[in-house]
Amino acid sequence: MRMKRILVNWELYLLMLLPVAYFIIFRYLPMYGVQIAFKDFSAAKGIWDSPWVGFDHFVRFFNSYNFEQVLTNTVYLSVLLLVIAFPIPIIIALMLNQVKHQRFKKFMQTSIYAPYFISTVVLVGMVFVFLSPNSGLVNHIIKGFGGEPVMFMADSEWFRPIYVFTEVWQTTGFSSIIYLAALAAIDPHLHEAAVVDGASKWKRVLHIDLPGLMPTIAVLFILAVGNLMNIGFEKAFLMQTDINVDASEIIPTYVYKIGIQRAQYSFSAAIGLFNAVINLVLLFIVNRTVKKMSGNGLF
Amino acid sequence: MISIKRKTTGDVLFDVVNYTLLIGFMLMILYPLYFILIASFSDPNRVGTGDVWLIPQGITFEGYQRIFNDGAIWLGYRNSLLYAVLSAFIGTSLAIMAAYPLSRKDFYGRNAFMLFFAVTLFFNGGLIPTYLLMRNMHLMDTIWPVVLLPALDAFVIIIARTFFQGLPEEIRESASMDGCTNMRYIWSFVLPLSKPIIAVLALFAIVKQWNGFFDALIYLKDEATYPLQLILRNILIQNQPTGNLLSDIQSAVEQQRIVGLIKYGVIIVAALPLLILYPFLQRYFVQGVFIGSVKG
Repeated sequence: MRMKRILVNWELYLLMLLPVAYFIIFRYLPMYGVQIAFKDFSAAKGIWDSPWVGFDHFVRFFNSYNFEQVLTNTVYLSVLLLVIAFPIPIIIALMLNQVKHQRFKKFMQTSIYAPYFISTVVLVGMVFVFLSPNSGLVNHIIKGFGGEPVMFMADSEWFRPIYVFTEVWQTTGFSSIIYLAALAAIDPHLHEAAVVDGASKWKRVLHIDLPGLMPTIAVLFILAVGNLMNIGFEKAFLMQTDINVDASEIIPTYVYKIGIQRAQYSFSAAIGLFNAVINLVLLFIVNRTVKKMSGNGLF
Repeated sequence: MISIKRKTTGDVLFDVVNYTLLIGFMLMILYPLYFILIASFSDPNRVGTGDVWLIPQGITFEGYQRIFNDGAIWLGYRNSLLYAVLSAFIGTSLAIMAAYPLSRKDFYGRNAFMLFFAVTLFFNGGLIPTYLLMRNMHLMDTIWPVVLLPALDAFVIIIARTFFQGLPEEIRESASMDGCTNMRYIWSFVLPLSKPIIAVLALFAIVKQWNGFFDALIYLKDEATYPLQLILRNILIQNQPTGNLLSDIQSAVEQQRIVGLIKYGVIIVAALPLLILYPFLQRYFVQGVFIGSVKG
């Protein structure tokens, strides 16, 4: 019986062949390679035959003088993003939803999600250009108000504000799309009834729109926390200068430095694995908590 | 309508504040883009002194001339285009091949296959094991890691599967009664109906590939194979323009002046293809996000 069900659709299994092969090679084989985090990998011996060393690399990482700094930087930046860059698209969507002029609304939407398609290289390039101490526009404005030019990219104090600001600039428009769709699905009768009862716009946003968004917010929040330690490696890497490194060195850039540049494969694989495990644990914790609180979970 | 809808002072105030903040936010998004555009054909000295902020000053096209005459940038352009097309073609084909069977209720084992793909959303080998694997497969210094690694992921398969689940089941049933094989059915019914989802997947892949630089940074050594983003990184961030961008200029001051101009120009040139695609991107990306979010 089972055989018959498979044979009838043999062509579908044939179709699956290439995608499955792709996933085995490019997604599952690297997972097999994760074991080098517990081994002393040498290219001559290969992954399988390199000797086991247990948790040595992890212990070495926890005891290294960078550990505290790299971990703090990663967590600090992620939390900052979660606190600032996560709520802004919600606020913008709530505001846009109150706009009654359809053409203005459309124009707003079209213009605010354009930056989403700008590459990280160009984004960081723009940051350098705008913040240049001699010729950058921002410093001209500061000087115009009688201030002293600021060496933004050579000051670790400025790394996080710039990172978060550019994140908001680039992703707010695109992230607000999902919230706008959820808002459009809210029953208009609720608003009509509230208007009859004399509720102001502000009250309606607060008591109808915001609660209506909660399920969407819950799901996206879980995803955001589950990606907490996966903050955009590319941007941090490109924004890193020798001088701001004490704020910009996060776990992914550190893994790149140790692994690719210094070829300490096992050690950096261990750091990468440590990061991934924290992420996964966070995802499960926040999923359970949100599910308990609101009944909406991811899985 | 009853006149109950007359606006209260509070609501008028709300609207005023709302519109003001939104317009402010929009200007914050648009102004940097506008500034780059006008600075790209203004006299670099006047940009440098802060004269240019609303209207271009001392219009010059020297920056663009140098960019257009630079071999490295064009080569990067060509490489990026090639990688984007390959990546989109391979990724989209594989995604459809995986997603269509998964959308069929009579496909035995579809939950197991789905799990097989979805696991990779939560677990992955990470940078170093992937890098070592590419090295073991002798793919270093070839374009294949750059083209293949970002070509496909489980998210894209889920989006395509959700789309196929929306196709009418009746056509397939009557077709299979008439003895139409799965392959023929896919070829003559599914694919023609799938143009929107093919567009979504291809655009996803093109944007990802066009904007990516990291895979190229670690897997490509030969400058002739660099995609545009890597060349841009050298110009914009490392301040080391390659090729013949500045080779004819002797004085350091003059070089500094031209580099400034070129920076604005290359940003425009690099963003151009996506700006042209933007109307499509806007439509299809939004669609893709929705299809993907309906059923996770």
